[in-house]
Amino acid sequence: MSHHCLTQTKIGKKYLVALTGLGLSLFVLMHMLGNLLILVSPEAYNKYGHALTSNPGIYLAEVGLVAILFVHLALAMKLTRENWKARPVGYAVVSSGEKATSLTTRSMWAQGILIFVFIIHHLITFKFGPHYEVEYGGVMMRDLHRLVIEVFQNPLYVAWYLVALFALAFHLSHGVKSSIQTLGIHHPRYFNKFKMAGILYSVLVGVGFMSQPLYVFLIYKG
Amino acid sequence: MGGASKSKLNLKLKLWRQKNAKDKGYFMDYDVKGISTEASFLEMLDVVNEELVKKGEEPVEFDHDCREGICGMCSLVINGNPHGPDGATTTCQLHMRRFKDGDSVTVEPFRAGAFPVVRDLVVDRSALDRVIQAGGFVSTATGTAQDANCLPVPKDKADRAFLAAACIGCGACVAACKNASASLFVGAKVAHLALLPQGEAEREKRALAMVHQMDAEGFGGCTNTGACAAACPKEISLEHIAILNREFLKASLLER
Repeated sequence: MSHHCLTQTKIGKKYLVALTGLGLSLFVLMHMLGNLLILVSPEAYNKYGHALTSNPGIYLAEVGLVAILFVHLALAMKLTRENWKARPVGYAVVSSGEKATSLTTRSMWAQGILIFVFIIHHLITFKFGPHYEVEYGGVMMRDLHRLVIEVFQNPLYVAWYLVALFALAFHLSHGVKSSIQTLGIHHPRYFNKFKMAGILYSVLVGVGFMSQPLYVFLIYKG
Repeated sequence: MGGASKSKLNLKLKLWRQKNAKDKGYFMDYDVKGISTEASFLEMLDVVNEELVKKGEEPVEFDHDCREGICGMCSLVINGNPHGPDGATTTCQLHMRRFKDGDSVTVEPFRAGAFPVVRDLVVDRSALDRVIQAGGFVSTATGTAQDANCLPVPKDKADRAFLAAACIGCGACVAACKNASASLFVGAKVAHLALLPQGEAEREKRALAMVHQMDAEGFGGCTNTGACAAACPKEISLEHIAILNREFLKASLLER
């Protein structure tokens, strides 16, 4: 038999979607945990940001993240198109009941697009947004805290963030357990535990992220 | 169960009619009266067809064979559900007592690019046969049968292989999947033979060949929605797709 390229097959592409998805899942968890410093103090928040951005490894990390995101997005879109093509004539009646497919799994592609648009907008707002400065102990650093407080005074911003974060949470709620299954990890003894862990993970990341705009908008008094 | 108060049902049927693979096809409405709740879904269609033949009209074509839930020949998507609303049930084992008097019932063929409609509700599922031909077999010596039990198979492995072998190849997994993926079918076949010593010799080759053939036939990919396992009349579990995924990964990495 001649050799085959693993990623020529749909399963091969799906392995990469799963691996990159799990990588991105870890990233959003770390991002969420770092952001929680906003609940501690402006200084803690800004110093954390400064520690990350002043590390020369940040460029490698950023390039890596963009590459992972690109592979995840490109292969997922390719697979989605192939999957749509696999049923040229659809059903007149959509299944309901125990044989139905959940809205979360049916709309993974739409959640993905929404999350991607959000990421672009999010980077424009914060990473490439107004550059305020603040000094702590003689070190000048970016006052990202001030920008976050300013941005989340706008209820439209808060609402848009909540919508995007709901999409992220739903994406994770299917994506994490699905990735584990795609990588061939499934055993009756711990399948339900993985399923539960995936849902808990999505709730943790979703609620953790949402707490920040809500905290600024509803509770933070300056 | 749908509490049928009478033993006879009147139904509003919406059946897919299509002359051949090239015809566009359409839904035709049929008012069906006096169907026994004891009848199976296929027997109900037999009654419809008898009426059509009496009137000189073309009967509705549908696939069926054993009518006892073991051959995998019957199909149909009934109100959006392959093999009807119940789990672990083939269409031939679905009974009219599951419906209520006056119900509207829409019947469509299994839909997938890899399953072209032959006529009405009959689809060509030979794509699954070609996937089997690609690797779903074991090579054995011909001649006198060897002694029983000379290939030891542990009981738990035999049981698991049997669960996978329960697949009757009906294609409901493909029909139920939003991607028209055949992963559960292929997973059942690959897992069945990977668990047994008879399947060991061609284990890697089988996983590679069947996955490539599955793609070549135009089936979609798996997105782990679980609809296949819910629709499977033989309750093949999602674990079989994970087994397929790891068998294929291992075979791809070790391929020489």
